[in-house]
Amino acid sequence: MTAIVVEALVKIVLLCFALMTAAAYLVLLERWIAAWVQDRLGPNRVGIPLTKIKMFGLGQPLADGLKFIFKEVYTPSHVDKVLYIVAPISILAAALATFAVIPFGSVLPSDLGFPQPDGGPIRLVVAPGIDVGMIYVFALSSLAVYGVILGGWASNNKYSFLGGLRSSAQLIAYEIPLGLGILGVVLAAGSLRLDTIITSQATSGLWNVLVQPLGFLVFLIAAFAESARLPFDLPEAEQELIGGYHTEYSGMPLLLYLIAEFLHMVTAAFLIVILFFGGWHFWGLTGSSDEIGWGTAILRVVVLVVKVLATIVFMMMVRWSWPRFRFDQLMALAWKVMLPLGMVNLVLMASLVEYGEDITATWGRAFLIAGMWIATLLACLAAAWIAPLSGDNRPRMDAA
Amino acid sequence: MKPTDPNIRWIEEPRLGLTGRMYLPLVVQGLTTTTRHLVSPKQTVSFPEERPKIGNPLIYRGVHRLNKDDAGRVKCVACFLCATACPAHCIDIIAAPSPWPDREKYPESFVIDELRCIFCGMCEEACPVEAIELTSLFDLTGRSREEMVFDKEKLLSVYDQTKDAEPMPSHRGGTTP
Ligand code: SF4
Ligand code: SF4
Repeated sequence: MTAIVVEALVKIVLLCFALMTAAAYLVLLERWIAAWVQDRLGPNRVGIPLTKIKMFGLGQPLADGLKFIFKEVYTPSHVDKVLYIVAPISILAAALATFAVIPFGSVLPSDLGFPQPDGGPIRLVVAPGIDVGMIYVFALSSLAVYGVILGGWASNNKYSFLGGLRSSAQLIAYEIPLGLGILGVVLAAGSLRLDTIITSQATSGLWNVLVQPLGFLVFLIAAFAESARLPFDLPEAEQELIGGYHTEYSGMPLLLYLIAEFLHMVTAAFLIVILFFGGWHFWGLTGSSDEIGWGTAILRVVVLVVKVLATIVFMMMVRWSWPRFRFDQLMALAWKVMLPLGMVNLVLMASLVEYGEDITATWGRAFLIAGMWIATLLACLAAAWIAPLSGDNRPRMDAA
Repeated sequence: MKPTDPNIRWIEEPRLGLTGRMYLPLVVQGLTTTTRHLVSPKQTVSFPEERPKIGNPLIYRGVHRLNKDDAGRVKCVACFLCATACPAHCIDIIAAPSPWPDREKYPESFVIDELRCIFCGMCEEACPVEAIELTSLFDLTGRSREEMVFDKEKLLSVYDQTKDAEPMPSHRGGTTP
């Protein structure tokens, strides 16, 4: 019993430390990418304090953090004091707790002599063997919106309030496509456990993105919207809402919000990689069984981290590639495009689970994959034809 | 103005093609553009280590200088044209009888308040003997207001600093443009 508690505590400390550092350095990465995309150099001055060593600006997160800690925490007099403080704490707590079921590697070799209750080797996840892993992630990621709404409401400020309102509307709208995107994966793996989902992709060698590109598309867009990244960052659209829900925040509480935001992005990246890109699996590199040596164990962690980083870089690039959606376009996208596409994917996956074996046996895997991609293309074409995203709300002569 | 007003010209929106309606091809297009910029050469100039390139230093309007003639004397004849032309009233001249036979007056003191100056170049235009000029020195800093008030010696020393890089118009074979 004690052994398990100690093991869990070690994992928690490790993960919290890694996540906080990652969040700090992701801010730097975000600023770098923003600068590079705009043909600038980005932060490259801050290095080791009190020396002239610059190290490409790798000291920047430290400086940023110190700045935040020493800034005055100004609480406006018109806020609801309790909720104002609780909101950023709750959002960060929810963001951190999500990682309890997200694997950050595969397993450690069994010669470590730390047997799990189920007899297997140590799993690199804080809470191994949770059968409802997917649902847990879902529940906590929806909790995050409470932090946003509470913060917006408690701030007693119109801009904050609007940000909170937008956030709630957006979250409700995109929860459904997100669920539909995941359902296909769950159907394919036959389990809600994240490690089982990875293992099933590793054993078959078929990443879910190959088999169900439509599901991937729906999930990807919904994940962007859930983590409120551009082009879906309407809750904090600077040009319209100043800072949105965190307009009235400063100092440490603001820092909590910002970290939570980056953690949402990390969660989204982890989920995208685990659900659709095979998690720690890479063909011919990592194998798929649980009986592994140290080399493979480390290799799997590296593969996973590299994939997650690539996804995060992609998310940051997206930020500078497309303009923000208008709110009506956002809603139209969720209800008129994503929902039907998600349904189509679900039906396709259901029939695949039923007849997939036969098709593979008769015509081979390539045929199956090609079929799914063609179906995806057709579905997108149909969606574009029936419900194009371009809504023109300017006055028209015939309408006048 | 009513929507039915004949003076309004209504423009028909061109209809979106299939790629525009599908949005996804445009997504790829946007991402290609940003990726290209991600790796393209950067425009930033790392200032203290690297100096920005000034297109034509001869017409740049930075810190002033007082030019010297071939004998090393100040060229200014204290005619006050520059002080009169200056819209910021930042040139202060005290004239005195010239110790040299070829002119009547010379400036005993010549002070420009660089903090009041708007770097319009009127003084340079006004001067009949090309005695005052604006150089391409742009990083003008000081620790006090007094330090930023340039007297005759300082203005003459700016000339010594910049005379090789930016010769006077008469020294580059031409008159003031
Ligand atoms: S540049 Fe313009 S403002 Fe400055 S001293 Fe000359 S005339 Fe005055
Ligand atoms: S216009 Fe030229 S010559 Fe006349 S006072 Fe000014 S600097 Fe001297």
